[in-house]
Amino acid sequence: MSLHAQDDPALRAAQEERLREVWKPPTGWFFRWTDTNNNQVGVWYTLTAFGFMLFAGVLAMIMRAQLAVPENDLVSPATFNQLFTLHGSMMMFLFAVPMFEAVSIILLPQLLGARDLPFPRLSAFGYWSFLIGGVFVSGSIFFNVAPDGGWFMYPPFTTRTDLSGLGADIWMLGLSFIEVSSVAAAVELIVGVLKCRPPGMRLNLMPLYAWYILVVAVMILFAFPPLIAGDVLFEMERLLGWPFFDQAKGGDPILWQHLFWIFGHPEVYIVFLPSIALFAMIVPTFARRHLLGYPWIVLAAVGTAFLSFGLWVHHMFTTGLPKISLAFFSAASEAVAIPTGIQIFAFIATLWAGRVVWSTPLLYVTGSLAIFVIGGLTGVMVAIAPFDWQAHDTYFIVAHLHYVLIGGTLIPLFGGLYYYWPLITGKKLSDRLGRTAFWFLFAGANLTFFPMHFSGLLGMPRRVFTYPAELGIGGLNLASTIGSWVFAAGVAIVCVDLALSPRREKSPRNPWEAGTLEWLAHPDDEDWGIRSVPLIESRYPIWDQKDFVKKVDEGRFFLPDAEEGRRETIVTSVLDARPVQVVRLGGPSIKPMLTAIALGSVFILTTYHLYWAALVGAVVTLGMILLWLWTGTAEIPEKDCKPIGHGIELPLYISGASASGWWAMFITMMADATAFSGLVFGYYFFWTRHEDFPPSGAGLDGPGAFWPMVALAVSLAGWLMTIGARETNRRGMVGAARALLALGAVASLAAIGAGLAGPWLSGLAPKLHVYPAIVWTLVIWTTAHAGVGAIMQLYTLARSVAGKMTPKYDADVRNITVYQHFMALTAVVTYATIGLFPGAA
Amino acid sequence: MKNEAPHGPERRGFRHRLRELRVTLWTLIVPPSVWAVHFLFCYLWVAVSCAKLGAFPRFTTAFVIGTAVAEAIILASGWIAWVQTHTPGDPAPHDQGTDIDRLRFLAVSTLLLAGLSFVAVIFTAVPALMLTDCR
Ligand code: HEM
Ligand SMILES: [Cu+2]
Repeated sequence: MSLHAQDDPALRAAQEERLREVWKPPTGWFFRWTDTNNNQVGVWYTLTAFGFMLFAGVLAMIMRAQLAVPENDLVSPATFNQLFTLHGSMMMFLFAVPMFEAVSIILLPQLLGARDLPFPRLSAFGYWSFLIGGVFVSGSIFFNVAPDGGWFMYPPFTTRTDLSGLGADIWMLGLSFIEVSSVAAAVELIVGVLKCRPPGMRLNLMPLYAWYILVVAVMILFAFPPLIAGDVLFEMERLLGWPFFDQAKGGDPILWQHLFWIFGHPEVYIVFLPSIALFAMIVPTFARRHLLGYPWIVLAAVGTAFLSFGLWVHHMFTTGLPKISLAFFSAASEAVAIPTGIQIFAFIATLWAGRVVWSTPLLYVTGSLAIFVIGGLTGVMVAIAPFDWQAHDTYFIVAHLHYVLIGGTLIPLFGGLYYYWPLITGKKLSDRLGRTAFWFLFAGANLTFFPMHFSGLLGMPRRVFTYPAELGIGGLNLASTIGSWVFAAGVAIVCVDLALSPRREKSPRNPWEAGTLEWLAHPDDEDWGIRSVPLIESRYPIWDQKDFVKKVDEGRFFLPDAEEGRRETIVTSVLDARPVQVVRLGGPSIKPMLTAIALGSVFILTTYHLYWAALVGAVVTLGMILLWLWTGTAEIPEKDCKPIGHGIELPLYISGASASGWWAMFITMMADATAFSGLVFGYYFFWTRHEDFPPSGAGLDGPGAFWPMVALAVSLAGWLMTIGARETNRRGMVGAARALLALGAVASLAAIGAGLAGPWLSGLAPKLHVYPAIVWTLVIWTTAHAGVGAIMQLYTLARSVAGKMTPKYDADVRNITVYQHFMALTAVVTYATIGLFPGAA
Repeated sequence: MKNEAPHGPERRGFRHRLRELRVTLWTLIVPPSVWAVHFLFCYLWVAVSCAKLGAFPRFTTAFVIGTAVAEAIILASGWIAWVQTHTPGDPAPHDQGTDIDRLRFLAVSTLLLAGLSFVAVIFTAVPALMLTDCR
């Protein structure tokens, strides 16, 4: 026997008791909702997204009922518009994306052998934002004010307040709010994958699911912000009358299409890749072998992510862009078929080479691949511009997009549901019901959407509430409607299966005999995530590492205890997963929920034009965030280091580029910078579209060069002082650091004044023309960021004075320096653009 | 790990130094990033010329040069990656948790991405070189 202390059962029992105590969820009918453990939050998240999916499905059924026969009048045209808009928007924003985040929030900690992801409170905040925003948007249909402009909300119909009502605001503001929570989740997932892997899990041993999640989360970071920028412009037009998309005043509706589809196309892959990630876990398990071509899969994921950003214009083939532009995007669209095909071949090859165990989840995998491939083929067809000119805005497109989404998102998720249900509940779902449901879904999807190819080619346009009998597509539509009921029956069977689950017996641990870490989970789940954080030496540790499960369970790996009564997990290095820190995680707290409510109130009150109340909400939100940061981050630990077992001691506090907080700041700023480039893109876009941009005349003359240059100079001064504060603080010159922070805040505030002075003094009138409007927007964006910079500098100063930041424990100042780097970049771009660009000065 | 690679005199050359390069997640995305830059360059240049000058860019040779530069960078990073995939050391199948296997993994992935990016750049270049008007 070894001399290992863990041999003592009493010790192990005591450790378990301590862990249980620390990770215990709060109780009480209200307080149980203040838990921040990702295990819990992930489950709520998943259920909520599933609920929205069912709701959006019901809307689709009503649409199909209306379209069953020609010249039907079940619903009015106005209602029909609301139905398809809400259906599409909910499926994309309230189901597909959040579902991926929800599932990942549950799976990732398990998969990475972590106690939890690095920012559990952030996840909770994201969840509450999602719930509030989702209920707000979807509830609108009961008041007959649901958005009705299609899920892409093309202006000018949607921006003109005489043609569209509250619905458009609800779409913009409600969904912007949800986008915020998507970006929050992306930050959590990226930092989780990069920094919270177990020791030894180098990049080349990472489970493929984690690779995909990393890639998809990075895609969210670059795809969502342009839409947020578009939303900003959109609401400025609707609420303030700034004419960004108004042709008569120099605006251009095509700008919206660009910003929307720079988001919208990658979105398709954002919802597709996670499902492929589920395949990458399911296929090896049932092929009973390692997945073939690990680097090929990584190639495919990364390659798809890149290429998918070069495709957006294929949604704009009919807007009259030059053919040569269309050709570039057509080429990229065809190229993306390569990596997509590679992934599918890797799965087929693995199944071929393995000893296949034919199971229900695998049935879903193969079935959905079949459907997806058909959708992929019609995708290649519509990527060819001349074909698209024929098929655009017909039911052919509806058929294509549903083949892709049903085969690439929905059915894979059902497969994942059957596969991972035992992980969440400890119980298997019924194989018999599962297979029955599968055949209903498979037949239903094909019967619904295959005829649409023909109804489209025969001339049935999208988004029509009815069609004339003479068109001769009545039969095809009836078939589609019957198919949709078959499909719905399949979904109903799945729901029945889920409902029966509580009455079923517990299944054995790791029922599929999988090899990856997440299957360490025990049927009688504990909330601590993992008993001890393992040392990883293989891609399939349960299969390959000797006595792996036993060692984890007996706490023989790292961090088997919670001596100080704190929730903790291990932070490791990005490439090689060398342990670098024990990080303390936020426990249950009501702050995330309250912050989400406060932020939600800002968006919702703005929708109803209650600007003063919204302002109050904004101030409360700011206060909540500061309180949250003050009490919950960069806490100075009671001791420097703690042992995690096996003679390894790790620090409890680190700062700078190896800390998870620094990464979170960096990643958030990438998203912020991307949104900003969306606005800058707007400026230059208008310049390419108009001979006389920038124009001149009363209310149109640019801000000149003087004030923008002053603003730039003080912004850069604020940036340099922050860097100075970081350096002096590090060298122990605390007084100097405080002075520099105070001066930096003064500079940031001065930058607000100087920035606004330019357009103010030259009398730029934003309602007059798009040029003043976009200049004001850039300036407001930049000065608002200067304001946030000032708040951060003052916050850090206060931390220093309160003794919560010292030369050694300096995470606060290091993190705000990251912010300031991006701030400086923003200032350079904005002020150079508005002050120095030819014609502006 | 230095001492794991054979240190014969013929090994000490350029290739040897390439193998010692630090590969990271950033080097992995060099080839596709080159594709992205080339793509944006082609698209924006044509779009701006057509909108502002009303004519296809005058220096079409710039497309040829740009494409050649892009392909050269991709080939270079692919070649470095290829050398690194041949880092001597661990036995096949190279999926262990060692330094060399991790290096090889990043190298293989970079190599594959270089291949994909190479093709994708050609895809973009073809229309730029074949179609030469703004309609
Ligand atoms: C059986 C299941 C489904 C049925 C019967 C169905 C049916 C429909 C119908 C009838 C439309 C309206 C077409 C039109 O008039 O333009 C539509 C649009 C759409 N659907 Fe579905 N759908 C289903 C599932 C899904 C799923 C799972 C997703 C995404 C994950 C999705 C995303 C969309 C989108 C984005 C639109 C476009 C909305 C717009 O034009 O603004 N659908 N669907
Ligand atoms: Cu697309």
